[in-house]
Amino acid sequence: MTASTLERPTAPVARPSAREESDVRRGEARPAWLFIAPFGIFYVLFLIWPIIYMLISSFFNTSLVAKGFGSFAGFGNYAEMLTLPLFWESMWHTIFFTIITTIPLVVLAFVFAILANRVRRAQWFFRLAFFVPFILPSAAIAIVWTFIYSPSTGLWDSLRTALGNPAPNPVLGTPDLALIGVAVTTIWWTIGFNFVLYLAGLQDIPRELYEAAAVDGASQWQQIKSITIPLLGRTTTLVVLLQIIASLKIFDQVYLMTAGGPGTSSQVVLGLVTDTAFTNYRVGAGSAASVLLLIVILIVTGIRQLIERAQNRRAA
Amino acid sequence: MTAVPQRPSGNPSGRFSRRSLLRGGLGAAGALGIAGGLSGCGSAISAGLVGSQLDPGTVTYWNLFGGGDGSRMQTMEATYEKQKGPNSLQAATFAWGNPYYTKVSLATLGDAPPDVAVSHLTRQSNLAIAGLLEPITEDMLAMVGLSSSSFSPKVWEALAVNGQRYAIPIDTHPFVLYYNKDVCEKADLLDGDGNLKEIRGTDQWEAALEAAKKVTGSWGASVATVGDTATSWRWFQSLYSQQTGSTPWLGDGGRKLTYNEDLTIKTLDYIQSLTKKKLMPAITDYTGSQTLMFTGKSAFYLQGEWEITTAESIDGLKFGMVPVPTLFDQPACQGDSHTFVLPRMNRSEDQLKRALGFVKSLLDQSLTWAQGGHIPAYVPTLDSQQYKDLKPQSNYADAVNSVVYDAQAWYSGSGSNFENTVGAQFGLVQQGQATPAAALSTARDQLLVYADTKSPL
Repeated sequence: MTASTLERPTAPVARPSAREESDVRRGEARPAWLFIAPFGIFYVLFLIWPIIYMLISSFFNTSLVAKGFGSFAGFGNYAEMLTLPLFWESMWHTIFFTIITTIPLVVLAFVFAILANRVRRAQWFFRLAFFVPFILPSAAIAIVWTFIYSPSTGLWDSLRTALGNPAPNPVLGTPDLALIGVAVTTIWWTIGFNFVLYLAGLQDIPRELYEAAAVDGASQWQQIKSITIPLLGRTTTLVVLLQIIASLKIFDQVYLMTAGGPGTSSQVVLGLVTDTAFTNYRVGAGSAASVLLLIVILIVTGIRQLIERAQNRRAA
Repeated sequence: MTAVPQRPSGNPSGRFSRRSLLRGGLGAAGALGIAGGLSGCGSAISAGLVGSQLDPGTVTYWNLFGGGDGSRMQTMEATYEKQKGPNSLQAATFAWGNPYYTKVSLATLGDAPPDVAVSHLTRQSNLAIAGLLEPITEDMLAMVGLSSSSFSPKVWEALAVNGQRYAIPIDTHPFVLYYNKDVCEKADLLDGDGNLKEIRGTDQWEAALEAAKKVTGSWGASVATVGDTATSWRWFQSLYSQQTGSTPWLGDGGRKLTYNEDLTIKTLDYIQSLTKKKLMPAITDYTGSQTLMFTGKSAFYLQGEWEITTAESIDGLKFGMVPVPTLFDQPACQGDSHTFVLPRMNRSEDQLKRALGFVKSLLDQSLTWAQGGHIPAYVPTLDSQQYKDLKPQSNYADAVNSVVYDAQAWYSGSGSNFENTVGAQFGLVQQGQATPAAALSTARDQLLVYADTKSPL
């Protein structure tokens, strides 16, 4: 880190004078806005405005099928959500899902990246094999895994029957198993992304460090513990944060594979938001649930910032 | 920093011309691209972009039919297209249940609904109350030679929403009993004509299942218990409604839970006793339950009549269909009707007539639809000799009169939150994972949330 600070160019190359620079800036401002406009308009229309709309409607009894925001509800929608058992159940499912996907997705991606990095020949094959599922759309993944999990005739149940369980519980049909089934699907699907990030991080570590360590008599495990893991620290915080946010936003796989079922045993917060706002027409209440999830995600991001600041201080 | 162009500031004209050329060129290329794209990709995208009609003369039609219903509906659509020429119809099929109704609602609100959409009778009331549907008047029906008396009185009656009608019914689809003739023959359950002897009361039912089980070596009857909340609800609601004193589940537009608690527990106990006695499988899903009957591992199979198409496609399977046997006091079975609705939009007289003409064309093909198991709501077909000759479909035509529709509420109807909530719990009872009392109490708690919520309609 300190090395790169030193390399920062100190002598400006043909830097324009202050006056010239502000002229250029004034002249560039308008075209700059024009260049940003195509993206900016979509960003405002489809991201900023919906978020503002969500914040406003969460305080109203907004109905999908009635005009305007409806009657003022104060904190009524929030009170409803915070006292609704299904909301807490969905929040727990979301957090539970985040826990059971983030840990394997970080640990396994790390392990597989180290293994793949050691492969001398046909490394491209492993990189491809791990990454290919990630480029498939969630709908395709959901179909494949629903086949695998289908009761009695599916691959998984056939395997369990062959292993001596005559009537295995259907994975997606059993309340305690449904979300785990979705989690396994998700791990298989998205591990490639973290894997690639780790592999890139690994290839950035200078070989000399390992050679020096080997000369000093460090074992393989000591090398991983004292060189690889510390030098991948930043990659790990990035991967963990991205993974936590991605997992908290879980929707597609649950919607497609179980629709939140059986009953509500795999319902997640975004599923609840969609059901409330669009199926039940209650946009106000759905917005409140969405804002609450936003707050959870902001807290996670805030914690990550604090950790990073602490890491920086240690590095400095 | 170094990336900032080092340009003499005293030459605005040169810069201007280059930039404007670039901008103009990009604009022109973009316009060409869009125009080319539009003419190339067909009229759907351009009509969507400028919000015009798809193609004057085309009827857009949305439905939720899969499986046998889906292919039969496609046959009927093809007949319409053959009559009216190419591009007269654009039909789309969506995933069944809540996702479908969510799409219909959002499309209507977004001012881009189909001309005609299918809706369950139990779902059209909510769409109507939300103001998403065009009322159907006698005048409108008369435009294509129909009137309210063209439909089964019971169905037409059930369609009323605040004294108005918003839908045109095509069928009634009750929950029925399928039986495997080979198995039933060996179990001595058939009469001289090869039809199922009438089963009445729980004793006869269990005796029949015992006899069948001896033949199959596995099960007497099968009904889905896993991954299909609707079936669990249908099986329960059929048996519950057969008992004197069974009140509708919901009252006052869904604000009150009005079910009879003792009868509910009693019914659930009975359903669970059948799986506990191993007369019916505790764990089987929608397709699993029918495979058991198709392959002779159970004699009976309970499901909506629409699965007749699947049963017919099984080589060498001889089967029959009858209404759900009356195990308690009176005949009853859970059911619903498919209807056509006209989502709210600005329609010209022509468009309206075309949409109704399409509906009429499908009603005229009610016999094709009836082959898929559904009991026609269109009287000319229902009374026709051809329908009466249609076996086993016409065997259960009387079920129209004992069909019990789900109670009206903003969260109720086929494939709704109500069915999902209650059905999921009752499924656990069938599987033996929950006691009837525990399941009912969970379902009650979950329903109360909806009942206590201000209706968004």
